[in-house]
Amino acid sequence: MTGPIDVPAVDWAGLLPITSLVVGAVLALLAAAMVPGRLVERVAPAFTLSVALVSMGGSVALWQRLGDDAPFATIGGAVAVDRFGAFVALAVAAAIVLSTLLAPGWLRPRGHSGVELYVLLLLSGAGGVVLAMANDLVVLFLGLEILSISLYVLAGYDVARRGAREAALKYFVLGGFSSAFLLYGIALLYGATGTTNLGRMGDFLAGNLPRQQGLLLAGLALLMVGLAFKVAAVPFHNWAPDVYQGSPPPVTAFMASAAKAAGFAGILRLLVTTFAPLQVDWRPVVWVLALASLVLGSVLAIVQDDVRRMLAYSSIGHVGFILLGVYAGSARGVGGSLFYLAAYTFMVVGSFGVVTVLSTPGGDDDRHPLSTYRGLAARRPLLAGAFTILLLAQAGVPFTSGFVAKFVVIGAAVEEGTYVLAVVAMLTSVISASMYLRIVLTMYLVDPDPRAARIAVPAGAAVCLALAVGVTVLAGFVPSAALDAARDAMPVLLGSP
Amino acid sequence: MLSALVIVPAVAAVLVALVPARHAPLARWLGVAAATGVGVLSVGLLWPFEVGDPGFQLVVDRSWIAELGVSWHLGVDGISLFLVLLTGVLFPLVMAGVSPHAEAAHHDARAYTAWLLVLEAGCMGAFLALDLFVFFVMFEVVLVPMYFLIGGWGYGESSKAATKFFLFTMAGSAFLLVGVLAVAFLNQRATGTLTFDLVTLAEHQELATGTGRWLFLAFAAAFAVKTPIFPLHTWLPDAHTQAPTAGSVILAGVMLKLGTYGFLRFAIYLFPEAAAYFAPLLVTLGVIGIVYAAVVAAVQPDLKRLIAYSSVAHLGFIVLGLFAFTRQSLTGSVVQMVSHGVSTGALFLLVGMIYERRHTREVAKLGGLQKSAPVLAATFTIVMFSSIGLPGLNGFVGEFLILLGSFETRRWWVVVATTGVILAAVYLLWAYQRVFHGTPEGENARMPDLTLREGLVLVPLLAAIVFMGVYPRPVLDRVQPAVDRLVRHIDDRSSFDEPEPEPAPAASTEVER
Repeated sequence: MTGPIDVPAVDWAGLLPITSLVVGAVLALLAAAMVPGRLVERVAPAFTLSVALVSMGGSVALWQRLGDDAPFATIGGAVAVDRFGAFVALAVAAAIVLSTLLAPGWLRPRGHSGVELYVLLLLSGAGGVVLAMANDLVVLFLGLEILSISLYVLAGYDVARRGAREAALKYFVLGGFSSAFLLYGIALLYGATGTTNLGRMGDFLAGNLPRQQGLLLAGLALLMVGLAFKVAAVPFHNWAPDVYQGSPPPVTAFMASAAKAAGFAGILRLLVTTFAPLQVDWRPVVWVLALASLVLGSVLAIVQDDVRRMLAYSSIGHVGFILLGVYAGSARGVGGSLFYLAAYTFMVVGSFGVVTVLSTPGGDDDRHPLSTYRGLAARRPLLAGAFTILLLAQAGVPFTSGFVAKFVVIGAAVEEGTYVLAVVAMLTSVISASMYLRIVLTMYLVDPDPRAARIAVPAGAAVCLALAVGVTVLAGFVPSAALDAARDAMPVLLGSP
Repeated sequence: MLSALVIVPAVAAVLVALVPARHAPLARWLGVAAATGVGVLSVGLLWPFEVGDPGFQLVVDRSWIAELGVSWHLGVDGISLFLVLLTGVLFPLVMAGVSPHAEAAHHDARAYTAWLLVLEAGCMGAFLALDLFVFFVMFEVVLVPMYFLIGGWGYGESSKAATKFFLFTMAGSAFLLVGVLAVAFLNQRATGTLTFDLVTLAEHQELATGTGRWLFLAFAAAFAVKTPIFPLHTWLPDAHTQAPTAGSVILAGVMLKLGTYGFLRFAIYLFPEAAAYFAPLLVTLGVIGIVYAAVVAAVQPDLKRLIAYSSVAHLGFIVLGLFAFTRQSLTGSVVQMVSHGVSTGALFLLVGMIYERRHTREVAKLGGLQKSAPVLAATFTIVMFSSIGLPGLNGFVGEFLILLGSFETRRWWVVVATTGVILAAVYLLWAYQRVFHGTPEGENARMPDLTLREGLVLVPLLAAIVFMGVYPRPVLDRVQPAVDRLVRHIDDRSSFDEPEPEPAPAASTEVER
């Protein structure tokens, strides 16, 4: 007979960013099942928004609290409560807010009913935050799966459409495959170090780096495959263009922002804390990933004709930039990557917000050619202006957050002496700029199609775009606060208490 | 005071963009008023400016992005003073004097004026910046308004030209950004503080020779595209030809100077050793540019393209002067930057006026305009002679000082470059002969002369042309101290030794006569 089960202490306040999202999702599902009529459906967006805001509030409170308290691990050392997690949680919740604002305007004209999209967004976001706060490889895997499985369903939300089915299936099969890699990597790492806890593993590696590193390196490599797939770094990017194209644009917006932020959170925490002793081994790998993502992302973007595919490839290019910060691994590098992720969240959700507004229900949903944007400036000057700002920000034009983000990550790379990567990154941003300019040209300098239908901008989308553009410009002029925050959000190695 | 030069046009741009559509004409006058205000402010700099002080004056220094060591650091010295003045004066003139051509597909006076004001803010910022970050930001940001101006209000294949312009310059800046960051971080490694402050970096850095040379190349790449130095000039003729008149004037008058100014203020100041090392290469490219562009200009059928190539040639002179590193040649380069801005700006204005009347710029289709538009022809003559470098007009002062100063250190290059002066006379006079002489036929005979408004716009430029040519003393007095300081800086920090024979004042008295 054993004694009573040892229940680990749980710091509930620190878990608020996660729990609020999960509870919110469950409540929404229950309400939809129990309350008859369309009432639930109508309040669902507002409810989702408030849940995300509660999560944000939790993250901010956590951030404040960690200014005084030292970061710690809770639930038996499985979940890390540090500013890094809070920062990423904030970005993920912001992505939920922005995507939710876009959703109703997309769902209604297509006759979709139900609250599933919102529930899945919340759940997926919860998975992302779990991933960002994981201090144990098993929890990391758990977070990744919650995030991914919700996204598989979301990708195929518009199931009647061929493109959506293709996207969902492709994402699911390849995603499942990459999860298997990740799991295998975890197993190998457990074999090599005898623990799945990131803190203990880090202590072990710092203390006694084994002479035979085969198992360790293979495990780390497989882990990286799984996470690189999630953030769509070349050569694990093949799914991205098709999935970004086929999924509902509000979902794509979420995928490109929150899922990316969560995936990078995993990569950063692993490489910068636990596997810091192996820096010589992982650096070359990240170097190659970054270079390949930068070059392929920008070069392939310019030959696309579908705006969603352009944005998909350009997002691969942005992954390359964020990887520059990962490569540096310094405080500046991690801060730069985090700032980039936060800034990119607003840029990409805004961009796909414009895509959402301009997609027309019906058979045309499968295509979103550049010609959709012909003469947009004449038809909807504000919309065209907003899209222009977001595109120029992605190109890295000064006085936008995109410029500051690029400046910081390239600065981090230069600080570490990788001039080649820095120069290549800047040159690829020129290549992508030509693609962004092509869209801008189409909006401003081509005459509109006289038969084109009038474009309606739903209120939610308008708010989302205003937020995205506002943050992008504001962070371009006064980036100090955000930069400081990103820099303070360095992940820490947390042993078990 | 200096901040206002940047902030006023920027704020005005926002205000102009917010003018309701039905009051669109108001936008233009609001823009002209703002630009005039900035112009008055920039002229007003002449009074508080201490003539003999070689350092930066009227300095503004406020922390901007503390976390990166970036500060809003502006200042003006003899080198930048007249470029700021040029910017301040040219903008209101083109905004008041040139109506964007009405054929532009989606003409909107608000957008047009707002972009011009943004451009002005960017150019002012770049000339005033004493912080590498601020300079880079301004250097980059001017691309956007120029892109839209060329693309939206240009002629023919303007969107292609605009994109080419944007991408060429941005590719150059790619290297500049990495260079800027490397300078700052290498300095941080040495001293422990991260700063982008130009003076601190230039005066206190100890770079290994090899590192300094690589960094110089990174800076030079950006400035060489912008200047443009042969063989990176291919974007310029397209951009100029396709741009609207105001765009061409600003591009030639102000924006190209960002390249040469960048060399002088940043590349040479920060890396004197490397600049001296690469000087033979840059001087050679400059001289090739002078001769090549002059030859190409002579055979251009399009008047605007011809002037664009003449710009390349003139900037070749400036590059020659910059990298000859003597007091006279550097002073000459600074003066030539301003002169070229005035005279080429005026030439583009005149060509724009001809185009508005005749809807063609082809030399072959024009002829005998002297008969139908005598005032325009006379103005063109003066400006053209200034561009050729006729003594008594502003073009001569700069060119002469450059050639004189460079002769001490780069004798054979100067011999070749001097042929450029003759070639300039050849192609400009030949073009003048074909366009203005002879008997006008058809449309040419009915071409109206300058209107009062156009005349008023040209008067300040003509005044500057004559004043700087006849009495350059006030300009030289203000430029000289800053240049002297830079030459000493180069002397101290590189293997280069300035030849001593002639005391500097001798040269200026000689020019004055």
